[in-house]
Amino acid sequence: MSKTMNLTLHVWRQKGGTDVGGFETYKAQDISEHMSFLEMLDVVNERLLADGKEPIAFDSDCREGICGMCGMVINGVPHGPNAATTTCQLHMRHFNDGDEVTIEPWRASAFPVLRDLVVDRGAFDRIIQAGGYISASSGSAPEANGLPVPKADADRAMDAAACIGCGACVAACPNASAMLFVAAKAAHLGALPQGQPERWERVKKMVAQMDAEGFGHCSNHYECMAACPKEISVDFIAQLNRDLVRATVVEREHEEKSGGAG
Amino acid sequence: MAIQLESKAPSGPIETRWDRHRFGMKLVNPANRRKYKIIVVGTGLAGGAGAASLGEMGYNVLSFCYQDSPRRAHSIAAQGGINAAKNYKNDGDSIHRLFYDTVKGGDFRARESNVHRLAELSVNIIDQCVAQGVPFAREYGGLLDNRSFGGAQVSRTFYARGQTGQQLLLGAYQALARQIEAGTVKSFPRTEMMDLIVVDGVARGVVTRDMVSGKIEAHLADAVVLATGGYGNVFFLSTNAIGCNATAVWRAHRKGAYFANPCFTQIHPTCIPAAGDYQSKLTLMSESLRNDGRVWVPKSAGDCTRDPAEIAEKDRDYYLERLYPSFGNLVPRDIASRRAKMVCDEGRGVGPEVDGVRRGVYLDFRDSIKRLGEAKIRERYGNLFDMYERITGENPYKVPMRIYPATHYTMGGLWVDYNLMTTIPGCFAAGEANFSDHGANRLGASALMQGLADGYFVLPYVLGNYLASAKLDKVDEGHIEVKKAVADVEERIEKLLGIGGDRSPDSFHRELGNIIWNNCGMARNAKGLEGALERIPALREEFWQNLKVTGTGESLNQTLEKAGRLADFMELGELLCRDALARDESCGCHYREEHVTEEGEAARNDADYQYVAAWEYTGDVSKPALHKEALEFEYVKPVQRSYK
Repeated sequence: MSKTMNLTLHVWRQKGGTDVGGFETYKAQDISEHMSFLEMLDVVNERLLADGKEPIAFDSDCREGICGMCGMVINGVPHGPNAATTTCQLHMRHFNDGDEVTIEPWRASAFPVLRDLVVDRGAFDRIIQAGGYISASSGSAPEANGLPVPKADADRAMDAAACIGCGACVAACPNASAMLFVAAKAAHLGALPQGQPERWERVKKMVAQMDAEGFGHCSNHYECMAACPKEISVDFIAQLNRDLVRATVVEREHEEKSGGAG
Repeated sequence: MAIQLESKAPSGPIETRWDRHRFGMKLVNPANRRKYKIIVVGTGLAGGAGAASLGEMGYNVLSFCYQDSPRRAHSIAAQGGINAAKNYKNDGDSIHRLFYDTVKGGDFRARESNVHRLAELSVNIIDQCVAQGVPFAREYGGLLDNRSFGGAQVSRTFYARGQTGQQLLLGAYQALARQIEAGTVKSFPRTEMMDLIVVDGVARGVVTRDMVSGKIEAHLADAVVLATGGYGNVFFLSTNAIGCNATAVWRAHRKGAYFANPCFTQIHPTCIPAAGDYQSKLTLMSESLRNDGRVWVPKSAGDCTRDPAEIAEKDRDYYLERLYPSFGNLVPRDIASRRAKMVCDEGRGVGPEVDGVRRGVYLDFRDSIKRLGEAKIRERYGNLFDMYERITGENPYKVPMRIYPATHYTMGGLWVDYNLMTTIPGCFAAGEANFSDHGANRLGASALMQGLADGYFVLPYVLGNYLASAKLDKVDEGHIEVKKAVADVEERIEKLLGIGGDRSPDSFHRELGNIIWNNCGMARNAKGLEGALERIPALREEFWQNLKVTGTGESLNQTLEKAGRLADFMELGELLCRDALARDESCGCHYREEHVTEEGEAARNDADYQYVAAWEYTGDVSKPALHKEALEFEYVKPVQRSYK
């Protein structure tokens, strides 16, 4: 007894990075309520292809909400109307027959559009490369239970580590800030004893890279947390800010110990 | 040009084989390592960990993935956990027991030496991951927690909520990121391997396509590692990511790498059933759910459409508990899957009818919630329950989950020797892309273990040994074999774009998947396989006559990407069925209806089939040549698996 619906889609089409782009309107007909949003787009794309047109390009991979590859702005909201849900996990039962749906790519100058709904999120990779890791080369690890980690710390690390790197936080932020993404990684590694030796350097390097990529500043709108499919808390941003201040002090202490800079 | 299959597996006491083998390996001086270029295709657990580890050692590594970031490889979706023989629970686990369980679980179709090495390295993996900051679950005392997992009677599975694969992959990805920053690894995301470059019989590079600009390029190296995952998407519907494909391994196969045991494909018992004919993929629910959920269907077909809450206890058939009293709901995956199919074939399935059959069984948490409380169940499985509700619109705390098996993992893959090298010198295969460790059936929580063992602890040694011994001439882009490989790729893309037919890649893929699922899925027989072997070549012919791809090759073109991958699945699918037909026995996941014990289990035939089937491409896809690597079991004597 599944319900079907007809929708009108307004989809951002853009041939490439240098193309201006614009909205095209498509009919999505006989859509089952049990389809995922991306399966609905698959159906639209099959019909476009049958008509000899180029299907709408969009990223997706695991389609089970964990890889972070998918993401589009649906009626102005990154990943659409459901809380804690990636686009691939959004199902059509949350839409109604006759709805008009506007679909756009993530909008942020640090995430240039490559085609249609596909954007380049390489900036996130470069932020992690700048310091979002613990230096532990293969083979050098001590016995795993040699270093007990209080459960509360491990749980906090896991809460932050749940980030899937989709970029919805940036898309939702009026300043296109990447603070939630950076804060989540800094908090994950900073909560663990293994992460302490590099903690202050890590925070400084990641934030510097974030700035260099052209992400905006955080002005506490908390739109990022509302859009985050993994419900990463903005508390981690407060932690990041504290760590950043502390990192600057630590740096100064180091400089003093070593006889000052120069 | 047949190659003699030499496993290069060491002999002597199994506990010291890997140690002795390592000592016999040649080493590359640290100062010389940067002079060697190694290509690693794929950035999942095996590829990501391998590229990072090789970079740390100082090699010059090129890392490729088709996703927009190395962090998205499909290892990320593994939910349940990773095995390791730490014996932290003091419950009798040991390296030998993990080795024993894995050989037995694989139904005696894996190589003992490889499996023992895997069990040994499992211990190091946990140490490595913890050092990287993988937030494994912990007890209140701060030590690591474990749980028992599908088919194991000891608690040896480490986990990070229901996102173990994600956390392990992010650990590998971060190690990789560190090497990218250090300049030892160069990363090529959104870049797909289109062919292997073989010069004088030795792998020397890959041809890639930049998926944004469409640019075709040759990358040359001293060795190539394929860590490109499995081929489960040959079934169209599987738990794999949409982009998972077999092009890298299939192209290597066509260039001389033997393909081993392609018919060993694992069907995972606990997936969310298909809801309709538009279904694009199937979603797995971690089988850790079977620890607390009870599997049942109504005793009578007449009850299948009733509200399950109204079906009395006496009218329910907890068929796994009934048939396998000692393992109950925790029987290995192949058995749990097959039994689900059987009860649905009997007409006792539940849920919506798709193509006239109800394909679903209940996984019911009612009793566990009663015993442990909803809070405890939420703590253990909260994210899985949420995921289920998002997809189905049903609340599993109130209504039993519906599950059905789906293709999940492929034990088959490129044949490799003990050094993970394929039959093409210089071409290695790691993780799910090779065939070596799981035999005919993989136990739960062992895929993550294998991927990371290969990546962190095997590739670094075997690559060094190869590079220190190989005498490689300089090859540049002007070499005739390189130019030919690039030209072949360009021609193939032109061909796919130029067919000008009527059918989309997806419509062909669904049809191919249906043929294979129906004839070479959970149960197989000669008649069905022979039929599939007639239909697949015919479908392939139609594909090359009637495919429709719009757009150009010089831009981001997802239809073209799908078409190229599907062209290879069209060939691999045939080999899958051919292997299943040639293996005229049942073993593990390979269930030939002609060979069944009185109790309905897989009846192995060790006298005739205790071998690895390694298929050679002969130039004609329909006429591959079969080579056999005999398997010997010195430490785990083959017995009929019994989980009663």
